[in-house]
Amino acid sequence: MGRYVIRRLLQMIPVFIGSTFLIFFMVYALGDPIAALFGDKAPDPATAARIRKDLYLDEPLWKQYLHYMRQILTGDFGTAFNGQQVTELMKSAFPVTLRLTIVALLFEILVGITLGVLSGLRRGRSVDTSVLLLTLIVVSIPTFVSGYVLQYLLGVKWGWVSPSVSPAAPFDELILPGLVLALTSLAYVTRLTRTSIAENSRADYVRTAVAKGLSRRRVVTRHLLRNSLIPVVTFIGTDIGALMGGAIVTERIFNIHGVGYQLYQGILRQNSPTVVGFVTVLVIVFLLANLLVDLLYAVLDPRIRYA
Amino acid sequence: MPDPFDPKLDPQATITPGDGGASTLATSEGESLEKEPPPGGADGKPRSLWSDAWHDLRRNPVFLVSGLVILFLVLIAIRPGLIASGNPLSCNLAKAGQGSQPGHPFGFDTQGCDVYTRTVYGARASIAVGVCATTGAALLGSVLGGLAGFFGSWWDGMLSRVADIFFGIPIILGGLVFLSVVTSGSVWPVVGFIVLLGWPQISRIARGSVVTAKQHDYVQAARALGAGSGRMLLRHIAPNAVAPVIVVATIALGTYIALEATLSFLGVGLKPPTVSWGIDISNASTQIRNAPHMLLWPAGALSVTVLAFIMLGDAVRDALDPKLR
Amino acid sequence: MERRMDQQQTKNLLDVRDLRVEFRTRDGVAKAVNGVTYSVAAGETLAVLGESGSGKSVTAQAVMGILDSPPGFVTGGEVLFRGEDLLTMGAESRRRLRGAKIAMIFQDALSSLNPVMTVGAQLAEMYVVHQGMTRKDARARAAQLMDRVRIPAAQERLRDYPHQFSGGMRQRIMIAMALALEPDLIIADEPTTALDVTVQAQVMDLLAELQREYNMGLILITHDLGVVADVADRIAVMYAGRIVETAPVHELYAAPAHPYTRGLLDSIPRLDQKGRALYAIKGLPPSLTDIPPGCPFNPRCPRAQDICRTDRPPLFTVAPGRASACHFWKDTLDES
Repeated sequence: MGRYVIRRLLQMIPVFIGSTFLIFFMVYALGDPIAALFGDKAPDPATAARIRKDLYLDEPLWKQYLHYMRQILTGDFGTAFNGQQVTELMKSAFPVTLRLTIVALLFEILVGITLGVLSGLRRGRSVDTSVLLLTLIVVSIPTFVSGYVLQYLLGVKWGWVSPSVSPAAPFDELILPGLVLALTSLAYVTRLTRTSIAENSRADYVRTAVAKGLSRRRVVTRHLLRNSLIPVVTFIGTDIGALMGGAIVTERIFNIHGVGYQLYQGILRQNSPTVVGFVTVLVIVFLLANLLVDLLYAVLDPRIRYA
Repeated sequence: MPDPFDPKLDPQATITPGDGGASTLATSEGESLEKEPPPGGADGKPRSLWSDAWHDLRRNPVFLVSGLVILFLVLIAIRPGLIASGNPLSCNLAKAGQGSQPGHPFGFDTQGCDVYTRTVYGARASIAVGVCATTGAALLGSVLGGLAGFFGSWWDGMLSRVADIFFGIPIILGGLVFLSVVTSGSVWPVVGFIVLLGWPQISRIARGSVVTAKQHDYVQAARALGAGSGRMLLRHIAPNAVAPVIVVATIALGTYIALEATLSFLGVGLKPPTVSWGIDISNASTQIRNAPHMLLWPAGALSVTVLAFIMLGDAVRDALDPKLR
Repeated sequence: MERRMDQQQTKNLLDVRDLRVEFRTRDGVAKAVNGVTYSVAAGETLAVLGESGSGKSVTAQAVMGILDSPPGFVTGGEVLFRGEDLLTMGAESRRRLRGAKIAMIFQDALSSLNPVMTVGAQLAEMYVVHQGMTRKDARARAAQLMDRVRIPAAQERLRDYPHQFSGGMRQRIMIAMALALEPDLIIADEPTTALDVTVQAQVMDLLAELQREYNMGLILITHDLGVVADVADRIAVMYAGRIVETAPVHELYAAPAHPYTRGLLDSIPRLDQKGRALYAIKGLPPSLTDIPPGCPFNPRCPRAQDICRTDRPPLFTVAPGRASACHFWKDTLDES
């Protein structure tokens, strides 16, 4: 087990370096941070040179990247161009997005798995067909469309929930945004659960469980579910990273001041330290979520534990 | 002791429901009945994977409806003038936000442009981005993935690592960063970006199916008979590996269209004067409380387009592999 | 035949009478079981012999009540367990019988055991569900069970998962699970087919020994004539969803009364016939969606006459406790 974790951690290193370097390259090599900093004004040459030196901008790109990574390892994400520490921005933004992600995950788990189990157990019946069709439709509606439509209907027209979110972003205000963020993944979870349940319900061990004289309820909850949910748990785990990265659209619709909002602002203003810093943290979250999934997989499926 | 009941000697065993020793087998055998008509059945000769799939698809209403919708979309993408006589760029600010009126069934948007005309013309950008990006990603992905699967070794390992790197970047974030430094608002940077982040997905599928096809007995036999690598790949492996790629690419086409709209919505994808549903939805979003019609028409068109491609891919997959149903 | 069965009914554990099962698929109805009748007494071993598609497993599944439905449906007949018809019994009372009074052993223990549950939990579940035992007591009983089927270090291995056992040990666990509540009847569906030849004999011996000890009825479904000879009391040979011959095991081996049985016996290689070509029954079994009229075996039968193509032979009584569904059973018998 320990060796397995270490091997996975080692495999993550090149992916981490590659992903962050790619982002670093896009921001620093394709864009011009100095020009962005001064906006329309012509930069004062002396100031520009000083900033260039501070950010190692006059050195080759790989050296800049190394400097940057060395700073990050000491917890220093640099300073945004407006003078704010990037870590300060993160401290305010990440808890908000984390709450939003938790709400979205709850929707995926509670609604997605329930619908998937129901339709998987009634394969080919009308419940199944309608759930399948519904998931296809949900997958087809881009988040920013479903976001605005739900915000308009539930928030504005019917007034069930608050259409916008206060800066503190408590859990109860995040229910609708969380649902919007979850929708596409929720449809995938439903379809995945359904397929998995339908496949496993024909497995030999389920037939054995029935032959043991267990009640249908026990067959489903103790034998069928545990096996069927292994791929679903895997998907939901890897989705954590995707949700946090994808929150950018949802946060914009509901004006939530989370990671997506800060990133969006950073990108629009070409605020390079903010952008690279936030993306780096998101990549780390994504990789850690994948590692977590691998470990969870080993816990859920004893067959791969000693492989 | 030779087994008089050896199922290998008994072709009927595979299509006879019931006695495989398992109730579960009975079901799967029942299904194999649907896919493998016995020799001499139906039209008298064994059908290939593709003609078999086509036989199923022709009778599948999901396939027919989504196919017709896509044909229609492609048609108006090429010749929008066929059903919309106006000019999407000629707008009258005085009419901004007005609702439906004669000659303008969908009303006007925030700039006073005709929503109907803009919705029709918006198909062009979406279809263009979708088709070009999918073609690019599918070509790049299947060539790289196919070669990795075929030759294996270090090339395979390299490709997997590189694909992992691209998977590590959240796609919308990557789009924002990459496209925010591009000033052109045309379709090409968007297409380029989608190809850049889309190929790893296709390459994984292509690699997997090539690895599977490579293990088939007839491919091993061809190799034993001295077929060269190139001939093996083109004649024996590619035809079998191409089906999963087509399925995934069709579904991806739908998601790429949604991605383009999302990026345009965020202001980094297509930019005016290009007409795009994403831009129109973004503009309309500020006025959703007063004039929801401005948002609903392009949003509806976008969703139907994405849905049509995803359903088409879904139907093709079901026809090619009934086990996945 | 009928009368004999009526007389025996009181002491028979299980009476299957004229059982019919069909599978309704999109491409037609497959008649998998077409009027099967057999019985098992306590302490008796009945071997049901037949090839894939003969309906032997489907019959067992219908008896057990674990037929996949749809597509499988029982369309007629009775399954009397101690005189009570299981097919008309309520679902809940039938469930209570399953595992407790009638237990089943499946062919492939690896796929038939739950891969993500420890074997201890899977065994203990029997006691928890059927007898309301506490988990702790149930685990203790599970350990005893594993010891009973001679799994070494039973206590420690309770925590292991199915994939951590060898094929033979896994099948012992399946046997232990079937044995847990000391059922009256065990149905073993090809219990040794998936095992190595050397292990096959061990597992079969264990099963036979336990059956004698608990005086259980045993239905042994198999296609292996070798297994049958050692352990069975009686044999029922199935073909295309019907019983074509039933007889005490030694009588059947000595002189089969059905050409199909004869063909099966002849296709076993024998040392005293070394050098001669091995006999094989010509042709293939019929498709269950399209069973030929008359005797279903007629297209493959060396003895077939016109009557075989038109009249379906009933089960003729050959001798007390023997029957054959062949118009020419006498000729077949005499030839042996």
